Amino acid sequence: MGKRVLLIEDEPNIIEAIRFILSRDGWVVETHSDGATAVEAVGRKRPDIVILDVMLPNKSGFDILRELRADAEHESRPILMLTARGQKKDRDMAEAAGVSHFMTKPFSNSEMLEMVRRLANGAGEGDG
Amino acid sequence: MPRSALTGTRIRERRTLEGLKQADLARTVGISPAYLNLIEHNRRRIGGKLLVDLARALGVELSVLTEGADVPLMEGLQDAASNAVARTRPAGRKAAVEPEAERAEEFAGRFPGWAELVVAQRDRITVLERRIEALNDRLAHDPFLSDSLHEVLSTVTAIRSTAGILNGMGEIDREWQARFHRNLYEDSQRLAQGSQALVSYLDSVGQSEDTLSSPLEEVEAWLAARDFALPELERGAMPDLTGEGGLRSAPARQLARKWVLRARAEAEKMPLSMVEELISEHGPDPAALAQAAGVDLAAAMRRLASLPAFENRLPTGLAICDGSGALTYRKPLDGFAPPRFGAACPLWPLYQALLRPMVPIRRVVEQQGQPPRRFLAYAIAQPQRPESFEAPEVVEATMLFIPLERLEISPREAEVQGIGTSCRVCARMNCLARREPSMVLEEPEEG
Repeated sequence: MGKRVLLIEDEPNIIEAIRFILSRDGWVVETHSDGATAVEAVGRKRPDIVILDVMLPNKSGFDILRELRADAEHESRPILMLTARGQKKDRDMAEAAGVSHFMTKPFSNSEMLEMVRRLANGAGEGDG
Repeated sequence: MPRSALTGTRIRERRTLEGLKQADLARTVGISPAYLNLIEHNRRRIGGKLLVDLARALGVELSVLTEGADVPLMEGLQDAASNAVARTRPAGRKAAVEPEAERAEEFAGRFPGWAELVVAQRDRITVLERRIEALNDRLAHDPFLSDSLHEVLSTVTAIRSTAGILNGMGEIDREWQARFHRNLYEDSQRLAQGSQALVSYLDSVGQSEDTLSSPLEEVEAWLAARDFALPELERGAMPDLTGEGGLRSAPARQLARKWVLRARAEAEKMPLSMVEELISEHGPDPAALAQAAGVDLAAAMRRLASLPAFENRLPTGLAICDGSGALTYRKPLDGFAPPRFGAACPLWPLYQALLRPMVPIRRVVEQQGQPPRRFLAYAIAQPQRPESFEAPEVVEATMLFIPLERLEISPREAEVQGIGTSCRVCARMNCLARREPSMVLEEPEEG
Protein backbone atom coordinates (compact mmCIF):
# COMPACT_ATOMS: atom_id res chain seq x y z
CA MET A 1 0.00 0.00 0.00
CA GLY A 2 1.31 3.43 -0.95
CA LYS A 3 2.00 6.29 1.35
CA ARG A 4 -1.00 8.22 2.60
CA VAL A 5 -1.74 11.88 2.14
CA LEU A 6 -4.53 13.84 3.83
CA LEU A 7 -5.72 16.73 1.69
CA ILE A 8 -7.51 19.39 3.77
CA GLU A 9 -9.17 21.62 1.17
CA ASP A 10 -12.71 22.84 0.53
CA GLU A 11 -12.70 23.50 -3.24
CA PRO A 12 -14.23 20.35 -4.84
CA ASN A 13 -12.52 20.72 -8.22
CA ILE A 14 -9.10 21.33 -6.67
CA ILE A 15 -9.68 18.25 -4.48
CA GLU A 16 -10.56 16.22 -7.56
CA ALA A 17 -7.50 17.35 -9.52
CA ILE A 18 -5.03 16.80 -6.67
CA ARG A 19 -6.56 13.46 -5.80
CA PHE A 20 -6.18 12.32 -9.43
CA ILE A 21 -2.58 13.52 -9.74
CA LEU A 22 -1.41 11.95 -6.47
CA SER A 23 -3.37 8.71 -6.96
CA ARG A 24 -1.66 8.21 -10.30
CA ASP A 25 1.66 8.60 -8.51
CA GLY A 26 0.76 5.80 -6.12
CA TRP A 27 -0.49 7.81 -3.11
CA VAL A 28 -3.53 6.93 -1.09
CA VAL A 29 -5.44 10.21 -0.93
CA GLU A 30 -7.94 11.01 1.78
CA THR A 31 -9.74 14.32 2.01
CA HIS A 32 -11.26 16.59 4.63
CA SER A 33 -13.04 19.90 4.05
CA ASP A 34 -13.97 21.37 7.45
CA GLY A 35 -11.44 23.49 9.33
CA ALA A 36 -13.09 22.94 12.72
CA THR A 37 -12.48 19.17 12.73
CA ALA A 38 -9.25 19.11 10.71
CA VAL A 39 -6.90 18.58 13.68
CA GLU A 40 -9.00 15.69 14.85
CA ALA A 41 -8.97 14.22 11.30
CA VAL A 42 -5.16 14.35 11.18
CA GLY A 43 -4.98 12.60 14.56
CA ARG A 44 -7.37 9.91 13.43
CA LYS A 45 -5.92 9.24 9.98
CA ARG A 46 -2.21 9.78 10.82
CA PRO A 47 -1.20 10.48 7.20
CA ASP A 48 2.41 10.48 5.99
CA ILE A 49 1.90 14.00 4.74
CA VAL A 50 -0.75 16.71 5.14
CA ILE A 51 -1.69 19.14 2.39
CA LEU A 52 -3.41 22.04 4.11
CA ASP A 53 -5.32 24.93 2.56
CA VAL A 54 -5.29 28.28 4.44
CA MET A 55 -8.81 29.55 3.78
CA LEU A 56 -11.06 26.85 5.18
CA PRO A 57 -14.57 27.04 6.58
CA ASN A 58 -14.76 27.43 10.38
CA LYS A 59 -11.03 27.57 11.11
CA SER A 60 -8.02 29.00 9.31
CA GLY A 61 -5.20 26.78 8.07
CA PHE A 62 -2.79 28.83 10.21
CA ASP A 63 -4.68 27.93 13.39
CA ILE A 64 -4.81 24.27 12.37
CA LEU A 65 -1.07 24.28 11.71
CA ARG A 66 -0.34 25.83 15.13
CA GLU A 67 -2.51 23.29 16.91
CA LEU A 68 -0.88 20.39 15.09
CA ARG A 69 2.62 21.61 15.89
CA ALA A 70 1.71 22.05 19.54
CA ASP A 71 0.97 18.32 19.69
CA ALA A 72 4.07 16.11 20.02
CA GLU A 73 2.50 13.53 17.73
CA HIS A 74 2.37 15.97 14.81
CA GLU A 75 5.47 17.96 15.65
CA SER A 76 7.45 16.61 12.71
CA ARG A 77 4.66 15.50 10.39
CA PRO A 78 5.29 17.00 6.92
CA ILE A 79 2.74 19.70 6.18
CA LEU A 80 2.49 21.40 2.78
CA MET A 81 0.44 24.55 2.95
CA LEU A 82 -1.50 25.88 -0.03
CA THR A 83 -2.73 29.44 -0.18
CA ALA A 84 -4.04 32.08 -2.52
CA ARG A 85 -2.53 34.65 -0.14
CA GLY A 86 1.13 34.65 -1.11
CA GLN A 87 2.22 37.81 0.65
CA LYS A 88 5.44 37.77 2.63
CA LYS A 89 3.59 38.24 5.92
CA ASP A 90 1.51 35.11 5.20
CA ARG A 91 4.63 33.14 4.36
CA ASP A 92 6.34 34.44 7.52
CA MET A 93 3.31 33.52 9.60
CA ALA A 94 3.28 29.99 8.16
CA GLU A 95 6.99 29.54 8.77
CA ALA A 96 6.67 30.84 12.32
CA ALA A 97 3.89 28.30 12.89
CA GLY A 98 6.14 25.48 11.66
CA VAL A 99 5.07 24.74 8.08
CA SER A 100 7.23 22.28 6.10
CA HIS A 101 6.64 24.08 2.81
CA PHE A 102 4.43 26.94 1.69
CA MET A 103 3.03 26.92 -1.86
CA THR A 104 1.13 29.77 -3.50
CA LYS A 105 -1.93 29.18 -5.70
CA PRO A 106 -2.04 28.74 -8.64
CA PHE A 107 0.72 26.11 -8.71
CA SER A 108 1.65 23.65 -11.44
CA ASN A 109 0.87 19.95 -11.05
CA SER A 110 4.50 18.94 -11.41
CA GLU A 111 5.58 21.50 -8.81
CA MET A 112 3.04 20.21 -6.31
CA LEU A 113 3.82 16.55 -7.00
CA GLU A 114 7.55 17.14 -6.71
CA MET A 115 7.15 18.86 -3.33
CA VAL A 116 4.92 16.11 -1.94
CA ARG A 117 7.53 13.50 -2.94
CA ARG A 118 10.36 15.52 -1.38
CA LEU A 119 8.50 16.11 1.87
CA ALA A 120 7.63 12.42 2.13
CA ASN A 121 11.32 11.63 1.74
CA GLY A 122 12.18 13.87 4.65
CA ALA A 123 13.24 17.06 2.81
CA GLY A 124 11.60 20.28 4.05
CA GLU A 125 11.80 23.99 3.51
CA GLY A 126 15.14 25.10 2.13
CA ASP A 127 16.38 21.57 1.38
CA GLY A 128 17.55 20.62 -2.02
CA MET B 1 -8.21 99.57 4.26
CA PRO B 2 -9.00 95.91 4.85
CA ARG B 3 -8.86 94.91 8.50
CA SER B 4 -5.91 92.73 9.34
CA ALA B 5 -6.55 89.34 10.88
CA LEU B 6 -3.84 89.85 13.49
CA THR B 7 -4.03 91.83 16.71
CA GLY B 8 -0.55 93.40 16.46
CA THR B 9 -1.21 94.69 12.98
CA ARG B 10 -4.53 96.11 14.10
CA ILE B 11 -2.89 97.95 16.98
CA ARG B 12 -0.42 99.50 14.54
CA GLU B 13 -3.21 100.45 12.12
CA ARG B 14 -5.27 102.03 14.91
CA ARG B 15 -2.30 103.95 16.35
CA THR B 16 -1.40 105.35 12.94
CA LEU B 17 -5.02 106.35 12.40
CA GLU B 18 -5.03 108.19 15.72
CA GLY B 19 -1.76 109.94 14.82
CA LEU B 20 -0.01 108.57 17.89
CA LYS B 21 3.70 107.90 18.04
CA GLN B 22 4.83 104.43 19.05
CA ALA B 23 6.84 105.87 21.96
CA ASP B 24 3.83 107.84 23.28
CA LEU B 25 1.49 104.88 23.18
CA ALA B 26 4.13 102.66 24.79
CA ARG B 27 4.61 105.16 27.61
CA THR B 28 0.83 105.41 28.19
CA VAL B 29 0.50 101.66 28.73
CA GLY B 30 3.76 101.31 30.60
CA ILE B 31 5.89 99.30 28.19
CA SER B 32 9.01 100.10 26.17
CA PRO B 33 8.68 101.34 22.57
CA ALA B 34 10.80 98.37 21.48
CA TYR B 35 8.33 95.94 23.05
CA LEU B 36 5.38 97.72 21.46
CA ASN B 37 7.20 97.48 18.15
CA LEU B 38 7.50 93.72 18.58
CA ILE B 39 3.79 93.51 19.42
CA GLU B 40 2.81 95.60 16.41
CA HIS B 41 4.83 93.32 14.15
CA ASN B 42 3.13 90.26 15.63
CA ARG B 43 6.39 89.03 17.11
CA ARG B 44 5.03 88.89 20.64
CA ARG B 45 1.75 87.38 21.77
CA ILE B 46 -0.51 89.80 23.59
CA GLY B 47 -3.51 89.37 25.82
CA GLY B 48 -4.90 90.11 29.26
CA LYS B 49 -4.47 93.49 30.95
CA LEU B 50 -1.96 94.91 28.43
CA LEU B 51 -4.39 94.36 25.59
CA VAL B 52 -7.19 96.01 27.58
CA ASP B 53 -4.87 98.98 28.36
CA LEU B 54 -3.89 99.36 24.70
CA ALA B 55 -7.54 99.28 23.61
CA ARG B 56 -8.36 101.97 26.19
CA ALA B 57 -5.38 104.12 25.14
CA LEU B 58 -6.43 103.83 21.50
CA GLY B 59 -10.05 104.62 22.41
CA VAL B 60 -11.52 101.46 20.96
CA GLU B 61 -13.46 98.47 22.23
CA LEU B 62 -11.32 95.42 22.93
CA SER B 63 -13.21 93.54 20.26
CA VAL B 64 -12.00 96.00 17.58
CA LEU B 65 -8.49 94.73 18.18
CA THR B 66 -9.30 91.11 18.65
CA GLU B 67 -12.61 90.06 17.16
CA GLY B 68 -12.19 87.65 14.33
CA ALA B 69 -8.45 87.40 14.96
CA ASP B 70 -7.67 84.38 12.94
CA VAL B 71 -7.17 81.64 15.49
CA PRO B 72 -7.88 78.85 12.98
CA LEU B 73 -5.18 80.30 10.69
CA MET B 74 -2.64 80.30 13.50
CA GLU B 75 -3.59 76.80 14.60
CA GLY B 76 -3.41 75.69 10.99
CA LEU B 77 0.09 77.11 10.63
CA GLN B 78 1.25 75.52 13.87
CA ASP B 79 -0.20 72.21 12.81
CA ALA B 80 1.41 72.45 9.36
CA ALA B 81 4.78 73.14 11.02
CA SER B 82 4.30 70.20 13.36
CA ASN B 83 3.43 67.85 10.49
CA ALA B 84 6.37 69.09 8.43
CA VAL B 85 8.76 68.36 11.29
CA ALA B 86 7.27 64.89 11.80
CA ARG B 87 7.56 64.06 8.09
CA THR B 88 11.06 65.35 7.47
CA ARG B 89 12.69 63.87 10.53
CA PRO B 90 13.04 60.10 10.10
CA ALA B 91 14.18 57.97 13.03
CA GLY B 92 15.57 60.63 15.33
CA ARG B 93 17.48 62.58 12.68
CA LYS B 94 17.17 66.32 13.03
CA ALA B 95 16.09 68.09 9.86
CA ALA B 96 18.58 70.64 8.49
CA VAL B 97 15.99 73.43 8.51
CA GLU B 98 12.79 73.32 10.49
CA PRO B 99 9.85 75.70 10.27
CA GLU B 100 10.16 78.52 12.81
CA ALA B 101 6.90 77.63 14.57
CA GLU B 102 7.38 80.32 17.22
CA ARG B 103 7.30 82.97 14.45
CA ALA B 104 4.06 81.77 12.86
CA GLU B 105 2.19 84.89 13.97
CA GLU B 106 4.81 87.16 12.46
CA PHE B 107 4.71 85.15 9.25
CA ALA B 108 0.91 85.38 9.06
CA GLY B 109 1.09 89.11 9.72
CA ARG B 110 3.69 89.84 7.07
CA PHE B 111 2.56 87.36 4.43
CA PRO B 112 -1.16 86.67 4.98
CA GLY B 113 -1.62 85.24 1.48
CA TRP B 114 1.23 82.79 1.86
CA ALA B 115 -0.02 81.84 5.33
CA GLU B 116 -3.47 81.05 3.95
CA LEU B 117 -1.83 79.02 1.19
CA VAL B 118 0.25 76.99 3.68
CA VAL B 119 -2.88 76.18 5.70
CA ALA B 120 -4.84 75.31 2.55
CA GLN B 121 -2.01 72.99 1.45
CA ARG B 122 -1.96 71.43 4.91
CA ASP B 123 -5.70 70.75 4.62
CA ARG B 124 -5.24 69.28 1.15
CA ILE B 125 -2.39 67.02 2.31
CA THR B 126 -4.52 65.84 5.22
CA VAL B 127 -7.41 64.96 2.90
CA LEU B 128 -5.07 63.13 0.49
CA GLU B 129 -3.43 61.23 3.32
CA ARG B 130 -6.82 60.12 4.54
CA ARG B 131 -7.71 58.93 1.06
CA ILE B 132 -4.50 56.91 0.83
CA GLU B 133 -5.17 55.50 4.27
CA ALA B 134 -8.72 54.56 3.26
CA LEU B 135 -7.50 52.90 0.04
CA ASN B 136 -4.76 51.02 1.89
CA ASP B 137 -7.25 49.93 4.46
CA ARG B 138 -9.62 48.81 1.74
CA LEU B 139 -6.93 46.79 -0.04
CA ALA B 140 -5.76 45.19 3.19
CA HIS B 141 -9.03 44.57 4.97
CA ASP B 142 -11.94 44.86 2.58
CA PRO B 143 -13.69 41.51 2.96
CA PHE B 144 -15.29 41.70 -0.49
CA LEU B 145 -11.97 42.34 -2.21
CA SER B 146 -10.24 39.62 -0.21
CA ASP B 147 -12.99 37.07 -0.90
CA SER B 148 -13.12 37.98 -4.60
CA LEU B 149 -9.38 37.61 -5.07
CA HIS B 150 -9.41 34.33 -3.19
CA GLU B 151 -12.27 33.06 -5.34
CA VAL B 152 -10.49 34.03 -8.58
CA LEU B 153 -7.17 32.48 -7.51
CA SER B 154 -8.81 29.27 -6.29
CA THR B 155 -10.71 28.91 -9.56
CA VAL B 156 -7.56 29.58 -11.59
CA THR B 157 -5.76 26.91 -9.53
CA ALA B 158 -8.50 24.38 -10.26
CA ILE B 159 -8.45 25.23 -13.99
CA ARG B 160 -4.68 25.06 -14.18
CA SER B 161 -4.48 21.68 -12.44
CA THR B 162 -7.36 20.21 -14.42
CA ALA B 163 -6.01 21.49 -17.75
CA GLY B 164 -2.57 20.12 -16.81
CA ILE B 165 -4.07 16.70 -16.16
CA LEU B 166 -5.89 16.66 -19.50
CA ASN B 167 -2.91 17.97 -21.38
CA GLY B 168 0.10 16.26 -19.86
CA MET B 169 -0.77 13.11 -17.94
CA GLY B 170 -1.11 10.59 -20.78
CA GLU B 171 -4.07 8.28 -21.22
CA ILE B 172 -7.10 9.08 -19.06
CA ASP B 173 -10.35 7.10 -18.71
CA ARG B 174 -13.24 8.48 -20.73
CA GLU B 175 -15.24 8.85 -17.54
CA TRP B 176 -12.48 10.92 -15.87
CA GLN B 177 -11.98 12.91 -19.04
CA ALA B 178 -15.68 13.83 -19.11
CA ARG B 179 -15.53 14.72 -15.45
CA PHE B 180 -12.53 17.02 -15.91
CA HIS B 181 -14.09 18.66 -18.98
CA ARG B 182 -17.20 19.39 -16.94
CA ASN B 183 -15.04 20.79 -14.11
CA LEU B 184 -13.18 22.99 -16.58
CA TYR B 185 -16.44 24.34 -17.95
CA GLU B 186 -17.83 25.03 -14.47
CA ASP B 187 -14.63 26.68 -13.30
CA SER B 188 -14.39 28.85 -16.41
CA GLN B 189 -17.94 30.07 -15.69
CA ARG B 190 -17.00 30.82 -12.08
CA LEU B 191 -13.86 32.61 -13.20
CA ALA B 192 -15.81 34.79 -15.64
CA GLN B 193 -18.34 35.76 -12.97
CA GLY B 194 -15.68 36.34 -10.33
CA SER B 195 -13.58 38.51 -12.65
CA GLN B 196 -16.57 40.59 -13.69
CA ALA B 197 -17.57 41.17 -10.08
CA LEU B 198 -14.02 42.18 -9.24
CA VAL B 199 -13.76 44.61 -12.16
CA SER B 200 -17.14 46.20 -11.29
CA TYR B 201 -16.02 46.59 -7.72
CA LEU B 202 -12.69 48.18 -8.66
CA ASP B 203 -14.54 50.51 -11.04
CA SER B 204 -16.82 51.63 -8.22
CA VAL B 205 -13.79 52.31 -6.02
CA GLY B 206 -12.38 54.56 -8.74
CA GLN B 207 -15.67 56.43 -9.10
CA SER B 208 -15.93 57.09 -5.38
CA GLU B 209 -12.38 58.43 -5.21
CA ASP B 210 -13.50 61.95 -4.36
CA THR B 211 -15.83 60.82 -1.59
CA LEU B 212 -13.30 58.91 0.41
CA SER B 213 -13.12 61.49 3.17
CA SER B 214 -15.25 60.15 5.99
CA PRO B 215 -19.06 60.03 5.75
CA LEU B 216 -19.14 62.04 8.98
CA GLU B 217 -17.24 64.90 7.35
CA GLU B 218 -19.62 64.82 4.42
CA VAL B 219 -22.64 65.02 6.73
CA GLU B 220 -21.07 67.84 8.73
CA ALA B 221 -20.33 69.82 5.58
CA TRP B 222 -23.92 69.27 4.46
CA LEU B 223 -25.29 70.45 7.82
CA ALA B 224 -22.87 73.39 7.96
CA ALA B 225 -24.15 74.55 4.56
CA ARG B 226 -27.60 74.68 6.22
CA ASP B 227 -26.37 76.48 9.34
CA PHE B 228 -26.87 73.20 11.25
CA ALA B 229 -30.64 73.75 11.15
CA LEU B 230 -33.22 71.94 9.02
CA PRO B 231 -36.40 74.06 8.80
CA GLU B 232 -38.26 71.16 7.11
CA LEU B 233 -38.22 69.29 10.41
CA GLU B 234 -40.32 71.99 12.09
CA ARG B 235 -43.28 70.92 9.97
CA GLY B 236 -42.57 67.21 10.24
CA ALA B 237 -41.12 66.93 6.73
CA MET B 238 -37.82 65.32 5.71
CA PRO B 239 -35.06 67.32 4.02
CA ASP B 240 -33.91 66.15 0.59
CA LEU B 241 -30.72 64.18 1.21
CA THR B 242 -30.05 63.31 -2.41
CA GLY B 243 -31.04 66.29 -4.58
CA GLU B 244 -28.95 69.30 -5.56
CA GLY B 245 -26.54 70.12 -2.75
CA GLY B 246 -27.35 66.73 -1.20
CA LEU B 247 -25.04 64.03 0.06
CA ARG B 248 -23.03 62.17 -2.54
CA SER B 249 -22.06 58.95 -0.83
CA ALA B 250 -24.44 56.28 0.38
CA PRO B 251 -22.75 55.91 3.81
CA ALA B 252 -23.08 59.67 4.37
CA ARG B 253 -26.77 59.56 3.42
CA GLN B 254 -27.25 56.66 5.80
CA LEU B 255 -25.59 58.60 8.61
CA ALA B 256 -27.52 61.80 7.82
CA ARG B 257 -30.81 59.93 7.72
CA LYS B 258 -30.21 58.56 11.20
CA TRP B 259 -29.39 62.05 12.48
CA VAL B 260 -32.34 63.67 10.71
CA LEU B 261 -34.86 61.10 11.95
CA ARG B 262 -33.75 61.68 15.51
CA ALA B 263 -33.83 65.46 15.03
CA ARG B 264 -37.31 65.28 13.52
CA ALA B 265 -38.65 63.28 16.48
CA GLU B 266 -37.06 65.83 18.83
CA ALA B 267 -38.53 68.76 16.88
CA GLU B 268 -41.94 67.15 17.28
CA LYS B 269 -41.53 66.80 21.05
CA MET B 270 -40.00 70.28 21.40
CA PRO B 271 -41.83 72.54 18.92
CA LEU B 272 -40.12 75.80 18.01
CA SER B 273 -42.84 77.93 19.68
CA MET B 274 -42.29 76.10 22.97
CA VAL B 275 -38.51 76.39 22.76
CA GLU B 276 -38.71 80.11 21.91
CA GLU B 277 -40.93 80.73 24.92
CA LEU B 278 -38.64 78.80 27.25
CA ILE B 279 -35.54 80.59 25.98
CA SER B 280 -37.13 83.99 26.52
CA GLU B 281 -37.99 82.93 30.09
CA HIS B 282 -34.99 80.82 31.17
CA GLY B 283 -32.36 81.40 28.51
CA PRO B 284 -30.98 78.45 26.53
CA ASP B 285 -31.11 76.06 29.47
CA PRO B 286 -31.27 72.39 28.43
CA ALA B 287 -32.50 71.33 31.88
CA ALA B 288 -35.53 73.65 31.69
CA LEU B 289 -36.29 72.46 28.17
CA ALA B 290 -35.88 68.78 29.10
CA GLN B 291 -38.23 69.17 32.04
CA ALA B 292 -40.86 71.09 30.09
CA ALA B 293 -40.84 68.66 27.16
CA GLY B 294 -40.35 65.46 29.15
CA VAL B 295 -37.23 64.50 27.21
CA ASP B 296 -33.72 63.61 28.32
CA LEU B 297 -30.98 66.21 28.66
CA ALA B 298 -29.04 65.12 25.59
CA ALA B 299 -32.15 65.46 23.42
CA ALA B 300 -32.71 68.98 24.78
CA MET B 301 -29.07 69.89 24.01
CA ARG B 302 -29.32 68.56 20.46
CA ARG B 303 -32.55 70.49 19.95
CA LEU B 304 -31.04 73.75 21.23
CA ALA B 305 -28.13 73.30 18.82
CA SER B 306 -30.29 72.71 15.76
CA LEU B 307 -32.91 75.45 15.95
CA PRO B 308 -33.74 77.40 12.82
CA ALA B 309 -33.14 81.16 12.94
CA PHE B 310 -35.43 83.23 15.17
CA GLU B 311 -35.10 86.52 17.01
CA ASN B 312 -33.57 85.35 20.32
CA ARG B 313 -31.55 82.46 18.98
CA LEU B 314 -28.10 82.36 20.53
CA PRO B 315 -25.06 80.84 18.86
CA THR B 316 -24.66 77.27 20.08
CA GLY B 317 -22.02 74.64 19.46
CA LEU B 318 -22.42 70.92 19.93
CA ALA B 319 -20.04 68.00 20.25
CA ILE B 320 -21.07 64.38 20.60
CA CYS B 321 -18.77 61.44 21.20
CA ASP B 322 -19.16 57.72 21.65
CA GLY B 323 -17.84 55.62 24.51
CA SER B 324 -14.37 55.49 22.93
CA GLY B 325 -14.20 59.29 22.94
CA ALA B 326 -14.36 59.50 19.14
CA LEU B 327 -16.26 62.59 18.04
CA THR B 328 -19.36 61.61 16.11
CA TYR B 329 -20.81 65.11 15.67
CA ARG B 330 -19.16 68.52 15.57
CA LYS B 331 -20.94 71.84 15.34
CA PRO B 332 -18.19 74.42 15.83
CA LEU B 333 -18.47 77.99 17.07
CA ASP B 334 -16.14 80.91 16.55
CA GLY B 335 -13.39 80.32 19.14
CA PHE B 336 -14.39 76.71 19.87
CA ALA B 337 -13.78 74.37 16.97
CA PRO B 338 -13.59 70.65 17.74
CA PRO B 339 -10.62 69.15 15.86
CA ARG B 340 -11.36 67.60 12.47
CA PHE B 341 -8.83 64.83 12.89
CA GLY B 342 -7.37 63.19 15.95
CA ALA B 343 -8.43 63.41 19.55
CA ALA B 344 -9.71 66.53 21.29
CA CYS B 345 -8.84 68.01 24.68
CA PRO B 346 -9.57 65.51 27.49
CA LEU B 347 -10.52 68.39 29.79
CA TRP B 348 -13.67 69.14 27.84
CA PRO B 349 -16.78 68.59 29.97
CA LEU B 350 -17.81 66.16 27.21
CA TYR B 351 -15.13 63.72 28.33
CA GLN B 352 -15.57 64.49 32.02
CA ALA B 353 -19.22 63.48 31.52
CA LEU B 354 -18.10 60.22 29.93
CA LEU B 355 -16.40 59.33 33.20
CA ARG B 356 -19.65 59.74 35.13
CA PRO B 357 -22.59 58.56 33.02
CA MET B 358 -25.96 60.17 33.80
CA VAL B 359 -24.38 62.94 35.90
CA PRO B 360 -25.11 66.30 34.27
CA ILE B 361 -22.18 68.71 34.13
CA ARG B 362 -22.35 72.50 33.77
CA ARG B 363 -19.03 74.34 33.56
CA VAL B 364 -17.67 77.61 32.34
CA VAL B 365 -14.74 76.76 30.11
CA GLU B 366 -12.06 78.99 28.64
CA GLN B 367 -10.69 78.18 25.21
CA GLN B 368 -7.27 79.49 24.40
CA GLY B 369 -6.97 82.14 21.77
CA GLN B 370 -6.43 85.82 21.33
CA PRO B 371 -8.19 86.78 23.46
CA PRO B 372 -9.23 83.65 25.35
CA ARG B 373 -12.90 82.88 24.82
CA ARG B 374 -15.27 81.66 27.51
CA PHE B 375 -18.23 79.37 27.01
CA LEU B 376 -20.89 77.89 29.20
CA ALA B 377 -20.80 74.15 28.56
CA TYR B 378 -23.47 71.61 29.47
CA ALA B 379 -22.59 67.93 29.16
CA ILE B 380 -24.04 64.55 29.92
CA ALA B 381 -23.24 60.94 29.02
CA GLN B 382 -26.22 58.67 28.59
CA PRO B 383 -26.48 54.99 27.73
CA GLN B 384 -28.17 54.26 24.43
CA ARG B 385 -31.39 52.28 24.65
CA PRO B 386 -30.27 48.63 24.91
CA GLU B 387 -31.61 46.14 22.38
CA SER B 388 -31.68 43.27 24.87
CA PHE B 389 -30.49 42.27 28.33
CA GLU B 390 -27.42 40.65 26.76
CA ALA B 391 -26.50 43.64 24.58
CA PRO B 392 -23.33 45.53 25.54
CA GLU B 393 -23.83 48.95 27.11
CA VAL B 394 -23.31 51.72 24.57
CA VAL B 395 -22.79 55.25 25.86
CA GLU B 396 -23.01 58.58 24.06
CA ALA B 397 -21.83 61.87 25.55
CA THR B 398 -23.23 65.21 24.42
CA MET B 399 -21.91 68.71 25.09
CA LEU B 400 -23.67 71.97 24.28
CA PHE B 401 -21.61 75.16 24.45
CA ILE B 402 -22.71 78.79 24.31
CA PRO B 403 -20.49 81.92 24.27
CA LEU B 404 -20.47 83.30 27.81
CA GLU B 405 -20.55 86.90 26.59
CA ARG B 406 -24.08 86.23 25.32
CA LEU B 407 -25.29 85.08 28.74
CA GLU B 408 -25.75 86.99 31.96
CA ILE B 409 -23.25 84.95 33.94
CA SER B 410 -20.15 86.18 35.76
CA PRO B 411 -18.26 83.19 37.11
CA ARG B 412 -15.51 83.42 39.71
CA GLU B 413 -12.07 82.71 38.24
CA ALA B 414 -11.80 79.49 40.25
CA GLU B 415 -14.90 78.19 38.53
CA VAL B 416 -13.46 78.56 35.05
CA GLN B 417 -11.99 75.41 33.52
CA GLY B 418 -9.17 76.07 31.06
CA ILE B 419 -9.34 73.83 28.02
CA GLY B 420 -7.78 73.57 24.56
CA THR B 421 -8.57 72.14 21.15
CA SER B 422 -6.04 69.33 21.03
CA CYS B 423 -2.66 68.89 22.71
CA ARG B 424 -0.51 69.58 19.64
CA VAL B 425 -1.75 73.13 19.21
CA CYS B 426 -2.43 73.91 22.87
CA ALA B 427 -0.18 76.32 24.76
CA ARG B 428 -1.61 75.59 28.20
CA MET B 429 1.32 75.16 30.57
CA ASN B 430 1.63 72.34 33.12
CA CYS B 431 -1.52 70.62 31.94
CA LEU B 432 -2.05 67.34 33.76
CA ALA B 433 -4.12 66.01 30.89
CA ARG B 434 -1.44 66.61 28.24
CA ARG B 435 -0.85 63.41 26.25
CA GLU B 436 1.76 64.74 23.82
CA PRO B 437 4.08 67.74 23.72
CA SER B 438 2.73 70.97 22.35
CA MET B 439 4.42 72.51 19.40
CA VAL B 440 3.55 76.00 20.57
CA LEU B 441 5.23 75.53 23.94
CA GLU B 442 8.93 75.30 24.54
CA GLU B 443 9.16 72.66 27.24
CA PRO B 444 12.54 71.55 28.56
CA GLU B 445 13.47 68.00 27.69
CA GLU B 446 13.86 65.68 30.64
CA GLY B 447 17.21 64.15 31.53
